[in-house]
Amino acid sequence: MPLLIFRKTLSLATLLLLVSLIVFGVLYVLPGDPAQLILGLNASDETLANLRSQLGLDQPYWSQYLNWLGNHLRGRSGESITYGVPVSRLIGNALLVTGPLALLAMLVAVLMAIPLGIFAARHRHRPGDTLVMGATQLGLAIPEFWLGLLLMLLFAVQLGWLPAGGFPGWQVNAWGSIKAILLPAFALGVIRAAILTRLTRSAMLEVLGEDYVRTARAKGLRPRTVIYLHALKNALIPVLTVMGLQLGQLLAGAVIIENVYHLPGLGRLIFQAIGQRDLPVVRDGVLFMAAAVVCVNYLVDMAYVVIDPRMRLER
Amino acid sequence: MTFFANTHFRIGLTLCLVVVLMAALSLVWTPYDGTVMRPADRLQGPSLRHPMGTDQYGRDLFSRIMGGSVTSILAGLVTVSIGMGLGVALGLAAAYHRGVPGEALMRLADLLFAFPAVLTAILITTIWGPSLTNAMLAIGIFYIPVFARLTRATAAAIWERDFIIAARAAGMGEVRIVIDHILPNILSPLLVQATIQFAVAILAEAGLSYLGLGTQPPAASWGRMLGEAQTFMAMAPWMAVCPGLAIAWTVLGLNLLGDGLRDTLDPRMAAERHT
Repeated sequence: MPLLIFRKTLSLATLLLLVSLIVFGVLYVLPGDPAQLILGLNASDETLANLRSQLGLDQPYWSQYLNWLGNHLRGRSGESITYGVPVSRLIGNALLVTGPLALLAMLVAVLMAIPLGIFAARHRHRPGDTLVMGATQLGLAIPEFWLGLLLMLLFAVQLGWLPAGGFPGWQVNAWGSIKAILLPAFALGVIRAAILTRLTRSAMLEVLGEDYVRTARAKGLRPRTVIYLHALKNALIPVLTVMGLQLGQLLAGAVIIENVYHLPGLGRLIFQAIGQRDLPVVRDGVLFMAAAVVCVNYLVDMAYVVIDPRMRLER
Repeated sequence: MTFFANTHFRIGLTLCLVVVLMAALSLVWTPYDGTVMRPADRLQGPSLRHPMGTDQYGRDLFSRIMGGSVTSILAGLVTVSIGMGLGVALGLAAAYHRGVPGEALMRLADLLFAFPAVLTAILITTIWGPSLTNAMLAIGIFYIPVFARLTRATAAAIWERDFIIAARAAGMGEVRIVIDHILPNILSPLLVQATIQFAVAILAEAGLSYLGLGTQPPAASWGRMLGEAQTFMAMAPWMAVCPGLAIAWTVLGLNLLGDGLRDTLDPRMAAERHT
């Protein structure tokens, strides 16, 4: 067990290092000169050269990379070219929007998917199951940003209950901030619920066929006890895995829905930084997202080992 | 192998055929020219003359939906061709050269999955310039590891089988074995995966075009139409409905088609899924 954790942690560290190498390498070849961007088109060659050496842009690739990596390991991030503030602060602020949005979306997804999945499994091949499975097919086919638009059309434009976009900020207006992420979280959550429902259903069906479930039934336990205490606990393992992966993806992939609702989240921050050629923000932002995905996958792996003792024996 | 016995396959095929026919028809005929602006007709609701209404430039939305189907099919075809062409080749190579080269190739594929696909596609289309071609390339790149993984996993299992050993004993060359024995045996999972990725590509193209990074005006794209609809949502809510329906229709058709193909081509999996 400690060996397994050690090996997984080592592979996590290697993966993170490779990710940083790729992010830096890909953006190194990005066209556009940051010095030119900061100083504008009228700057003289001399001032440009000065700023380049000040930013370390005249150094070779490897020393630039090692500098960048070293600064990050010491907890120092670069400055945004557009905003002139540390990138870490920008990412931190954006996370205050994207984090709650992703968590709320997962909450919506789980609250829908687990009961629906159990229901479908219990009513297998009956009308209720067909209905739920048909609904999940629709959920898989609908683009989430379109669902976001439709929700906006109904709840913001027609009924006027919720804002159509923007984000007041947690300190300024906490309740308004919750209202601002409600519709986008719902749009993201419903789409993810479709996958989770199908997964819960098939996992439940598999578990319900197991011997220990038959034993539990045979010894006269109530059906409800069997389903929720014996079956669900084991069926949840694959569901948890996918939930973890989805959460990682939501932190990185909410860029379109954040644009639909004009939320100043992580995706929109990087989207705008790409447009403004704000290299430090793009670089650290993409690195952060990739690292988040890798770390979430690692945590899911670890959770597996904790939840399922069988995993400790294998490998 | 009777595909038509499968309900999912029949519904999926019907939905897809409608889109294909609509796209084919739009190449020769649309009710109006979807790119010509008629300011006098702008922002009209659905009517007999314009069954889906008109947009802010007075263009007929039904004609633009028809034109957008060509864009979506193109996006699916090109991205899947890129991903499948390169991915299958890499996967076959990795399955043959087991050990370090194959392992390294697969770890590289794993690494690609860590990157936020949408943002990387945004980055690529911004650097190369927003266009449908670049959007398709950006999406297609992410399909390479998907197909490479699947190909390697399935092909590696086939290499172990007795009939491959027999073919080798009979003096068959490695390339011949791959073409005659490996490829035909991994075709079904590849076909199913291609259907799914086709659907994902349509969603991805729509997303990029919504952000203005895919299809450029005046060409029609369902995603771009939704982006334009958002601006006029209060005045012309119908603009936000039909392009989304078209996307959902097509993706639903492809997903059902993929389900039907899988259930028919791999009865073992179907049995597992239905027990």
